[in-house]
Amino acid sequence: MSDIPYKDKGSILRPIKALSFLARKPVTEKIEPRPAAANYRGFHVNDWDLCIGCSTCQKVCDNAAITMVKIPGLPEDPVKGIRNERPAIDYGRCCWCGLCVDICPTSSLSLTTEYVHTCHEDELDSYFILPDPKGIHHKHFPKGWAKTADADLVDLERQPMEELDAEERLKSFDEMVEGFTDQQAIIEASRCVQCGMCHDSCPTHMHAPEYIRAIWEGNAEEAVRQIYRSNPFSHVCGRICTHRCETACSIGRRGEPVAIRWLKRYAMDSVSDLRIREIAAEGKVDYISGKKVAIIGAGPAGLTAAFDLISKGHEVTVFEALDKPGGMTRYGIPEYRLPYDRLDADVAVITSLGVKIQYNTRIGQDISISELERNYDAVLVAIGLQQGRSTRIPGSDHKQVKKAVELLRKITQGKAFNIPQSAVVIGGGNVAMDIARSLARLQKENYGEVRITLTALEDFDHFLADAEEIKEAREEGIEILDSRGPKQCVTNDKGQLSGLVTLRVNSIFDDDGRFAPSYDDSDEQVHPADMVIEAIGQMTDISLFGDELTERLEWNRGRLKVEQDGRSSEPWLWSAGDMVFGPDVVHAVADGHRVAASIEKHLATPGSW
Amino acid sequence: MRPENYQAKSQPPSNEYELNFGPNHPGIEGNYAFKVKLNGDEVLEARADAGYLHRGFEKLMEGRLWIQNIALVPRICVPDPVPMEVCYSLAIEEIGGLEVPERAQWIRVMHLEMSRLAAHLFAFGGHAATTGMYTPMFWGVADRDLVLDRFEELTGGRVYSIYNIPGGVRRDIPDGFLERLSSLLDYLESRLPDYDNLFFTNQVFVKRARDVGKMTQEQALKWGVTGPNLRATGLAFDVRRDDPYLVYDRIEFDIPTEPGGDALSRNLVRRAELKQSIHILRQVIDRLPSIKGPIRCPIPNPLAWNVPAGEAYTRVESSKGELAYYVVSTGGDKPYRVHVRGPSSMHAVQVLENLAVGCRLEDIAQIMFSLDACPPEVDR
Repeated sequence: MSDIPYKDKGSILRPIKALSFLARKPVTEKIEPRPAAANYRGFHVNDWDLCIGCSTCQKVCDNAAITMVKIPGLPEDPVKGIRNERPAIDYGRCCWCGLCVDICPTSSLSLTTEYVHTCHEDELDSYFILPDPKGIHHKHFPKGWAKTADADLVDLERQPMEELDAEERLKSFDEMVEGFTDQQAIIEASRCVQCGMCHDSCPTHMHAPEYIRAIWEGNAEEAVRQIYRSNPFSHVCGRICTHRCETACSIGRRGEPVAIRWLKRYAMDSVSDLRIREIAAEGKVDYISGKKVAIIGAGPAGLTAAFDLISKGHEVTVFEALDKPGGMTRYGIPEYRLPYDRLDADVAVITSLGVKIQYNTRIGQDISISELERNYDAVLVAIGLQQGRSTRIPGSDHKQVKKAVELLRKITQGKAFNIPQSAVVIGGGNVAMDIARSLARLQKENYGEVRITLTALEDFDHFLADAEEIKEAREEGIEILDSRGPKQCVTNDKGQLSGLVTLRVNSIFDDDGRFAPSYDDSDEQVHPADMVIEAIGQMTDISLFGDELTERLEWNRGRLKVEQDGRSSEPWLWSAGDMVFGPDVVHAVADGHRVAASIEKHLATPGSW
Repeated sequence: MRPENYQAKSQPPSNEYELNFGPNHPGIEGNYAFKVKLNGDEVLEARADAGYLHRGFEKLMEGRLWIQNIALVPRICVPDPVPMEVCYSLAIEEIGGLEVPERAQWIRVMHLEMSRLAAHLFAFGGHAATTGMYTPMFWGVADRDLVLDRFEELTGGRVYSIYNIPGGVRRDIPDGFLERLSSLLDYLESRLPDYDNLFFTNQVFVKRARDVGKMTQEQALKWGVTGPNLRATGLAFDVRRDDPYLVYDRIEFDIPTEPGGDALSRNLVRRAELKQSIHILRQVIDRLPSIKGPIRCPIPNPLAWNVPAGEAYTRVESSKGELAYYVVSTGGDKPYRVHVRGPSSMHAVQVLENLAVGCRLEDIAQIMFSLDACPPEVDR
């Protein structure tokens, strides 16, 4: 029973009590317009400088109120993960729930305290508004509902990747990264907002959103299927790709990007090699075209093109000068980053489709290129950059001054060489890191200690090697010196190499942006070493073309000049990969696809062969 | 048919006639209708005619991500949207095994009780209007607006908070919020005698509402009546006490009952609950500052969130009665099925159809408002 005295009828004079209200403030009174609460969910503002057009707001919007609109004047850069699209809000649909704000990867989108909007009769479409930093009426209302750490719906932290520690790593060439567990992979994949920035930035436009989604759904086979749509070198790329996808990842704007490379690796490692072959064969046509293609070089570019062309029914023969496939991915990349059996698995998928690889066959020596021209409908040269460049500093012709790529090749082939007790590496790219870290392992094994110095022209802010390579190399005991330019290699009285002299770098490029390093002669250092390794770049061995063809072909500063589609000035000859675009696996794969498409078009055009 | 060709069918002489009461009628809450058969003023039969506000919420939810439904569920019951959010979130938390931090649980209780205050103020204001007393209606709505001001401050929205999400709440309380809430409670408490004078002990209302829409406890239980309407038949049943959720088991409050089972009793229960809600909120205000910690447990990226397969039936005590969500997940990123057990479906359909028989036509509005039935929730 409540204590409300409703049964008490009261005095007949009770209504007179109402007179007391005459002296009181009215309960209902006119209120003036007032500012909304600080947290108010009013009209949107969007900081266009922060916004990257990733369209995550559009995906979470439960009313389909957001449309991405292309703004032609804004910057667009797929490599950096920026699109020139901005969200436009249909305020006829928006319910101001603010989920778009809470999920915005860049935190560019906020709601304001502005809540009044009317439109004239002649602008009935003014409910469809493109919010910019000024708000819908350009009245600069303060932010209301904005991103806070409490309410962030984006998962900014990556799943940890188990790695061997430095001491353990140095003991062998075993793979150092252990890969995701099933649970880790699903959680990592669930961080993806499916913006597709990775797809846009990838040279071969891998279907990363699709395979990440498939991993999240627990369907690794579907992930492999999506991967094979654009990349037959996925064991390789799942380990050593330069992962531009992760640079462009919109989650990386405020947090750690989705580990797209490791997810690819996870998908490839989760499915049996046999099943991967079956999946890869799904795209192969069931007829034989009768056309023959010769590919020179069994590296990523050549084999990718072979994969595409065999899938179209052409007969493909690959000629490889060495005894194993893979090109620089085998002979340039140490096994602790890319185990050879994984590379073999990728190649086995391609050969299982019917691609023939003739090993130990050097074009120009064993077979002439004109013979290939006669016997095949198209010839693709994808021989990569196998020769190391020299600094040509005084003393660099000493026999103890080596080229990094040649040394790496020897290590892979298991050929013996004198392992230096101390070494200096010239160069600051990933190849320099590879040789330095490979030598570190050999030194540790043979001498029990690491004595390697790496000197790079660039300062640490502009270093060419990946940041993780630098970190790991340091952990392994390698001394890394930035802004040091090589002056000369010095020898002792007996003519033995004793070290490298370097100078501090003032600048690397001249005013016109050309490579012309200038040094501070007063800052000279001597790095004692019994071997100096040059890792400053690679070049192509073009001797296979022969004098006559070399003369006929067009060249661009030492590189073969090709059309956009990879075709050279000779109608039967295409070129692809590192020798055209410089060293990068995923670029080589992309180039392989591009050239294969061009060859396919050529072969499919009657009368063109 | 042209008018000149119209000929009335011969009917046996009768005083009975049919009348459409609603869907647009000031005596009906929202868009809702009754087809009533009358003999003079006396209701012989009433048939609920629902569906004018059917938006297919339960089906809509199956096509939306778990988190997107957070913006949808408050719309099921406009005057009391907060229990919808909380109950839906509780279901997902149960299926997904999410641990809601203690601070978030206290904030949710605060949010729920504020919503109860707002809804009860609205309800008695509405009932007053059906009996021709417009001042209590203005007062009820005006004082409810003060609660909405606090909602605006806490959640960013005045009516639809969209503030509770699976795992907790979306924002922490703003600085100084509890002080402002406390002064609002003082004000509302000071208003209770005024409400009593003007309405609850006003003999115009008391005589008008007494014995109108009267039901027994047995009938109430048979018809699925819950909430204040059930407590107005003398049964002290309240989900907050009898099946506690959040931190209600750590809060002291009474469960007011009335024995009458009529429109008057139902209003008196709500009036008493206003006081109880104020009492609960004061306890929250005392306790909340000492409870530190996060306001939300981490949930996966909502665009790729598979709630594990399972089902949950969660219930809360809304201002209208027992509100429950039955949610089924098959392990996907969207619900497989969501069923809302809203209290108003029972109150506005079978209860009202039964109670209206024998009443006078003008009492239908009074009965409906005294049951505090919410047509948007009936239709969903």
